Amino acid sequence: MISRRLIALSLAALLLALIGGAAAQVFEAREFENPENARRYQVLISELRCLVCQNQNLADSNAPLAADLRQLTYDMIREGKNDAEIVDFMVARYGEFVLYRPPLKPTTAILWSGPFLLLAIGIWLLLRHLRRRASATAQASALSAEERARLARMLEAETSETDPGKRD
Amino acid sequence: MPRFTVPLGIFLLLVVLLGVGLTLNPRLVPSPLVDKPLPAFELPTVLDPEQRLSHDELRGRVSLLNVWATWCVPCREEHPVLVGIARRGEAIIYGLNYKDDREEAVNWLETLGDPYVKSGFDPTGRAGIDLGVYGVPETFIIDANGTIVYKHIGPFDDKIWRETLLPLVKKAQENSS
Repeated sequence: MISRRLIALSLAALLLALIGGAAAQVFEAREFENPENARRYQVLISELRCLVCQNQNLADSNAPLAADLRQLTYDMIREGKNDAEIVDFMVARYGEFVLYRPPLKPTTAILWSGPFLLLAIGIWLLLRHLRRRASATAQASALSAEERARLARMLEAETSETDPGKRD
Repeated sequence: MPRFTVPLGIFLLLVVLLGVGLTLNPRLVPSPLVDKPLPAFELPTVLDPEQRLSHDELRGRVSLLNVWATWCVPCREEHPVLVGIARRGEAIIYGLNYKDDREEAVNWLETLGDPYVKSGFDPTGRAGIDLGVYGVPETFIIDANGTIVYKHIGPFDDKIWRETLLPLVKKAQENSS
């Protein structure tokens, strides 16, 4: 059972690493006029990708470019720019790749519909498999009239052998 | 055999998809700036703070705009290629010195050679952001109208220059003459 305990331990370690990774936001003191702007800033930097370390958003990245872009996002919010203007600023320079939530377009259709398509295929395969198995077991348990008669005779013979007194 | 055809088919499809995925470079993000006019900038030059380099200066003839920095190791590798291009007169090269120290940049140009007509000095990286720079070195090919024709991300060597970039420069020169 040592191996099972080892697996459990390594799973726990992995889980911890994942939780730790998710919490690794870069801390910078920022002042906002109102909580709404602070929230917008957080949402924007968590939805914009850092191009230097591509699997991190601006909020998590320590790259100098990410720090510059966080500063720019902050400045633009203070200047009163709205979210669309800030996102457009980034897209105009770095392309739609910076968006962690890409817009729905013909080129991104597969990206958006893919998971649902795969889920539908999976459900279809599962249902087909279950239905086949159900009909297979039904067929296997179906006895012909002759087989049923034989079974009845066998059962009768057995009960009469073991307990002849309890026959009714 | 029909029992194995479906899993085998899925497996082969995955192999092909992953195989294609391996040959792609995720660092090469298509730039939205290609086919757009060069973004506006006006910077002092590295060698002379009194002199300026602006986007306007890159109009009128086909040129390269090379983004470089002394802290960038691949730039050092690329630098002799740029020096060679300038010496052979194959292209006019402008520089954008990105987030660097002026003294070190001057020292770099003096010791390794200066292939640039001028290098803009951009210590804050603000001009770099407008150009969508995310990894130095980067090289833009700009046509006579001031439109970005091509962007090369990362260092290039003589082979890439001869086979990819030089033909694009020549094509841009033909189109504008």
